[in-house]
Amino acid sequence: MSTLTPDTSTIQAADFKSDIHNDWCPGCGDFGVVSAVQMALAKLQVPPHRVAVISGIGCAGKTAHYMNAYSFHTLHGRVMPSVTAMKLANHDLTVIGVGGDGDAYGIGGGHFVAGGRRNLDITYVVMNNDVYALTKGQASPTIAKGQKTKSMSEASIMDAINPILLALACGYTFVARGYALDTKYLSEIIAQAIQHRGSALVDVLQTCPTYNDLHTKGFYAGQIEGQPRLYRLDQSGYDPVVHNPDDAVEIAQKKAQALLKSQEPGGRIPLGVYYKLDVPTYEDHLKAKIPGLQQKPLAELDLYHRDITANLQELM
Amino acid sequence: MAAHFCWMIGGPQGSGLNVSAEIFAKALSRSGYYVFGQIEYHSNIKGKHSAYKLRISDEPVASHVDAVHLLSSLDEETLIGDLYHEFPAHRGHVHEVAAGGAILYDVEQKRFVGTIQRKDIFLWEMPYAELLDRALTEAGKPGQARAYRIMTNTLALGASAGAVGFDFEPVATAIRDSFGAKAGKVADLNVNAARYAYEYAKERFAGQLRFSLPAAPAKREQIMVKGTQAVGMAKIKAGVGLQTYYPISPATDESVYLEGYQSEQNLLVLQTEDEVSAIDAAVMGAHGGVRASTSTSGPGFSLMPEGLGFAAITEAPGPVVMLYQRGGPSTGLPTRQEQGDLLFALHAGQGDIPRIVMAPGDIEECFYDTFDAFNYADRYQLPVIVLVDKHLASCYQTLPPFKTSHLKIDRGVTKLANTNGDYQRYAFTEDGVSPRSVPGQAGGIFWSTSDEHDPRGHITEGIGNRLAMMEKRMGKVGLAAREIPEGKKYRFFGPAAPQRIPVLAVCWGSTKGAMHDALHRADPHHTRCAALHIRLMNPFPAEAVKNILARAERVVCFDGNYSGQLAQVIRADTGVSIHHCVVKYDGRPFSEDEIMVALEAAKADAPERLVISQGRVVEEGHGNREFEEMLVLRGSNPKMLAPMVPLPPGYNK
Repeated sequence: MSTLTPDTSTIQAADFKSDIHNDWCPGCGDFGVVSAVQMALAKLQVPPHRVAVISGIGCAGKTAHYMNAYSFHTLHGRVMPSVTAMKLANHDLTVIGVGGDGDAYGIGGGHFVAGGRRNLDITYVVMNNDVYALTKGQASPTIAKGQKTKSMSEASIMDAINPILLALACGYTFVARGYALDTKYLSEIIAQAIQHRGSALVDVLQTCPTYNDLHTKGFYAGQIEGQPRLYRLDQSGYDPVVHNPDDAVEIAQKKAQALLKSQEPGGRIPLGVYYKLDVPTYEDHLKAKIPGLQQKPLAELDLYHRDITANLQELM
Repeated sequence: MAAHFCWMIGGPQGSGLNVSAEIFAKALSRSGYYVFGQIEYHSNIKGKHSAYKLRISDEPVASHVDAVHLLSSLDEETLIGDLYHEFPAHRGHVHEVAAGGAILYDVEQKRFVGTIQRKDIFLWEMPYAELLDRALTEAGKPGQARAYRIMTNTLALGASAGAVGFDFEPVATAIRDSFGAKAGKVADLNVNAARYAYEYAKERFAGQLRFSLPAAPAKREQIMVKGTQAVGMAKIKAGVGLQTYYPISPATDESVYLEGYQSEQNLLVLQTEDEVSAIDAAVMGAHGGVRASTSTSGPGFSLMPEGLGFAAITEAPGPVVMLYQRGGPSTGLPTRQEQGDLLFALHAGQGDIPRIVMAPGDIEECFYDTFDAFNYADRYQLPVIVLVDKHLASCYQTLPPFKTSHLKIDRGVTKLANTNGDYQRYAFTEDGVSPRSVPGQAGGIFWSTSDEHDPRGHITEGIGNRLAMMEKRMGKVGLAAREIPEGKKYRFFGPAAPQRIPVLAVCWGSTKGAMHDALHRADPHHTRCAALHIRLMNPFPAEAVKNILARAERVVCFDGNYSGQLAQVIRADTGVSIHHCVVKYDGRPFSEDEIMVALEAAKADAPERLVISQGRVVEEGHGNREFEEMLVLRGSNPKMLAPMVPLPPGYNK
């Protein structure tokens, strides 16, 4: 996160709520996610006008309208290109991308990969409920092989994408997982993601009470061999942080550890930060290359009095 | 009367022939000549055939001609094409040499020279390896001519300059400049090698050609510039902050040009993962407060309509999309000319998308139109497409340096004052343009969506709002039509109204140069033929075009595509049908000669549709006949069946 001086003494989560009617289904997990984002921003005391929220299409895409911030409800799958450009235009803004699992890992898959490679200082919150809900519950890329929700006509015969693994492979430097109905902990994870300098993915396990009858509130609240299905990594002695970013072996070990945690045998699901690596961001590299960016964000530079005499002379 | 000389160099890609041509052009330009350079190349890195033509004149030129006066050949393919191939694609360039012209060839090509049956041209042999060895020996590297074979292009340049009797000093200076400040010894070696070839050729061949370089006009300040450079400079001048792109021919050169100025001009060039990302990032960059643009060709633009619609419905101030047309459909002809994307640029995307589509006709217009495009994007808050093409991208032209002192940046209506939270990004206004804020600005928070929305930017499907928003967005195109000066919409070369026009030639985009030069040569006062070049494609200057067409006895429309796309647009927007459509879809730009030939052919009783290729009017089906002719030609010259490098089995059946 960029260094910001709040211009009001206390910013509340309510300050990030817009006044329009929310049309998500009653009981939708999305409510928890948008609340968590608002709580995280309040916790970090970022003024609403210094925040850009960029969402895709689908139920999750409507998030932009429910936030009081500079909000862009873009195109299906195109969250990452938009997030990238907004951050490049103004690197002092807190830029948050929000999308669904189909949006991020399906139609936006190529952009998701590039987003990890760049390592811009942005946060991507993905609402993962295994279905394309706004089109009435078709299988999304995160539904497992053999699974069939009540909205699907037959079970999936494709393997599911593992978002944690995918993010690690792409180069995201902060990879975490939250649960929509544990809003308080989710807001802590999102706050950490925003504070992380680099591309942060928060994959949020999410219920869809209308179409997903497999991964319900009851499912996530369930137990496996007497242990709760969901548990917190930070309460189980897990250390996600790469302490020496110059140590390639440590990086590989921390990735391997996250990889194992993301597919824990028996079906328990860890929540929290899986992996964190602090290395120079894309903006850092740009600042080294483009001197003006050391002074001001691109959008604030005066680029409108350029002289091209030298360009013309080169051609004489 | 203007005089010109046409020089061509042909050889394999990777042999440096374009470097030689550009060095020669620079030397000529600095000596006062007007030069127009045109390159034809394959989608290939090394080995396939490429040819570079320079038209050298004593007055301004904006096009190439078909007849070559001196051909410098770096390989046998320049002489015989690929006739030895099972499916030959070209017959070389010997037939393009004018009677009384000459071919400079390397002694190594001797056996192919024997197949040339023309008696009306000079065949001049050059011992390039021997001359190179002399230069290498002086540099302390005797006997290494084979290893330094790549320098043959420099020798060919020297030989050409010598054969036409041009001075060596400007050539030597231009060679040195091409190596930059550092490469002293290498530059010396190249200059020496060129000098040996220059002297050898001058002594033996100078003065024999039927054609000669015209006398050099007085020296003046001029640049030697190609389209991608003109566009790049315009973008810098216009204050572009973010350029996005995904590599594609022939657009990439522009982005690479801009990459070279990132540090100096605080300019960010983002290479994206695909063109979907390229346009989306450019749209969001524009929303984010910078002037943003992207640059692509047809296959990339095919991925962009989604983003174009997003820019339009969210009323982003941009982006500016440079669309360098090339031969389609699909991957088509990646490095060849076509004006095939006019209708695509006008209609890409679902629904009615407000957009401005510009089509500069020459390199100068590339510069000024690109600059204006950013003002339009900001003023009208919509995407602006600038249609250019392979020809404009890669042709070189001598021009006076672009004037910039009169250029004004207009960032449109921005919201600067705090509105106490009641700001509406999509407020209905008299002219349809809503004041815009920039993310980060206090009091300017707004919502923006690809869905239909209300003035605050929230989704609504209400009927009244829908009507009003459609009218607001589309109305901005009408506003642009009223505000953009007539002089930037089209150019008419002909008599003032109400005088009648016997023949009116209509064209668009890069055909302008050839059209201008052809009429300048044949009918400079437009007593028989006038020309109309259309430069703004949307909003289309329908009234003006209609009025000019109404004065013409016969209208001939030139389209560098199969289906006569400009003629279709004219008919759709003015209701006027064109008498003759001259179409060209052979992947090559119109030459000055082809314009003349077509105008000559488009008599009253000529067919409605005339196909032009390789300097003449051809009938459909001509391509097959040409292929058969090449097979016949091959059959009569058995030597041609054996290429220098043996081909894999399966060829030469």
